[in-house]
Amino acid sequence: MKRRKLNQTQRDFVNGLLFASPWIIGFFAFSVYPLISSLYYSFTKFNAVTSPEWVGLDNFIDIINDSLVWKSLGNTLFMVFVSTPVNLFVALLLASIVCSNFKGRGFVRTAFFLPSIIPMVAATMVWIWMFDPTYGYINNVLSWFGINGPAWLMDADYTKWALVIMGTWNTGTTMLVCMASLQSVPKSYYESAEIDGAGKISKFFNITIPCIAHVLVYQAVLGMINAFQYFQQVYIITTANSGVKGGGAAGGPENSILMYPLYIFRNAFSYLKMGKASAMAWLLFIVVALMTIIMTKVTKKVTENAGGE
Amino acid sequence: MNKYLSVQTKKIIGKILFYGLVFVLTIIFISPFLVMVLTSFKTNNDAFTIPVKLLPREWVAENYPAALAAIPYFKYMGNTAFITFVSICGQLLVTPMVAYSLAKIKWKGADIISGLVMATMMVPITVTMVPMYKIYSMLGLTNTYVPLILPAFFGKAFYIVIARQFFAGIPNSLLEAAKIDGASEFQRFYKIALPLCKSVMTTIGIYAFLDAWSDYLYPLIFITKPDRYTLSLGLQQYMSEYSVDWARLMAAAVVFVLPVIICFAVFQKNFVEGIATSGLKA
Repeated sequence: MKRRKLNQTQRDFVNGLLFASPWIIGFFAFSVYPLISSLYYSFTKFNAVTSPEWVGLDNFIDIINDSLVWKSLGNTLFMVFVSTPVNLFVALLLASIVCSNFKGRGFVRTAFFLPSIIPMVAATMVWIWMFDPTYGYINNVLSWFGINGPAWLMDADYTKWALVIMGTWNTGTTMLVCMASLQSVPKSYYESAEIDGAGKISKFFNITIPCIAHVLVYQAVLGMINAFQYFQQVYIITTANSGVKGGGAAGGPENSILMYPLYIFRNAFSYLKMGKASAMAWLLFIVVALMTIIMTKVTKKVTENAGGE
Repeated sequence: MNKYLSVQTKKIIGKILFYGLVFVLTIIFISPFLVMVLTSFKTNNDAFTIPVKLLPREWVAENYPAALAAIPYFKYMGNTAFITFVSICGQLLVTPMVAYSLAKIKWKGADIISGLVMATMMVPITVTMVPMYKIYSMLGLTNTYVPLILPAFFGKAFYIVIARQFFAGIPNSLLEAAKIDGASEFQRFYKIALPLCKSVMTTIGIYAFLDAWSDYLYPLIFITKPDRYTLSLGLQQYMSEYSVDWARLMAAAVVFVLPVIICFAVFQKNFVEGIATSGLKA
């Protein structure tokens, strides 16, 4: 029997599939399978030991009636709508500084970027120490100026603002993206605006911002998606401060930094309500998926503006 | 004349303001590093004495040996190094293969898979962690490094995207010439494409190093036995008591962070390129 030889298209298909197969297998094992089974789990009740038992919509009813869910959602929305814009503003400010020409630019760029690669555990611990109400550096520096600093991570009114400050320290990667887009604005635009007598501020708002708007929107949506998932830092903070007077328990003082994903984690691994945790997680997934769709739309615009690839 | 002067003065004032802003921001951004290092050279009493002084009243190095002896630091470092090394190997093995398939092989799946790769980046870890925990514990693999290492051998979306962009830039004519000479797809990948992407592989290796070295969530979920801890988990042991020995903790943190800083110092260019070209990480 003669073996039929594969034609070029078929051979490419086989090769393509073969080369991509590790990722495809991983996709099913580490994304598809967990997504589907957590959807199933969200209608069940189980802990680490027992096997899932169907309970219908009980978990979702539980979620709606749980005031901590709403509290944590509010905390997370604070990060999404306050921390994200602040971070983007800081990243843009840092990027425009680093894009200008001055002595010591390389050092300054390193200083701005380096924090974003520091292991999160170490970085968070340093910030907990700096935010210490009595012995921390921040309040002591503030006292030089006669300011009586708040208790930061120990005071429910200030905990989230402390997180916002912590977040701005971590904008190095966004800064690099902003930097790349700032540098891609054609110089000729500025030159012709100068001929028309435009000042620095007018140039920034009339040329720079419109030229990089698509990047900013993209980064904003990406930042929001990440903010919805923000929780490892608060896990470390709440764990570290749980033994300290005024530190609050599982969610910080008055649960003020109990983020939605942190509450998922606590439900899953501290309270062992894995069904409820899965249900909460799926609701989060739907939100993030919607935002991702928005972002893909923006991405398309990004590539179009860049002349297409 | 007057007008000229005022323009000149304006410029000078602007410059002073600019440098002032840059100076203050730089100080703010490096201050956590300074705090970490300065605290690590204080005695614990010194750290808890009012008024708080920026510099140690007395410079001591004793926190370093004390911190490294207080917990099985070198054991944790060895655990972390092992996981990191294996993860880097896995990523470097798989990433170029997948990226090559998506960028250089003309097949129907390439576009679909590329889209899916992007999509998986957005799947929240909180959604996948419960099923993954369940399956690993059913297989008896919690408290082993399998859950931390295994994903590396199936490629990570962020790395694949970076590598794919790089491969896309390799001229097709190079590969086609080799094809006419009778080179198989694998030979074209291995002998032609791969040697061209040393720099992007370095970048990915660095990211894989950073990600594995700093990883906190996976060890937190899967590792509960103290002798299996990674450094990320181990650092919390300084905090588990009622009072935190901040001087020691900061010393331990410095040792933990140092490899990352060294890595950055050596490969600075790769960091900037990877992020700036992909525009992905936020």
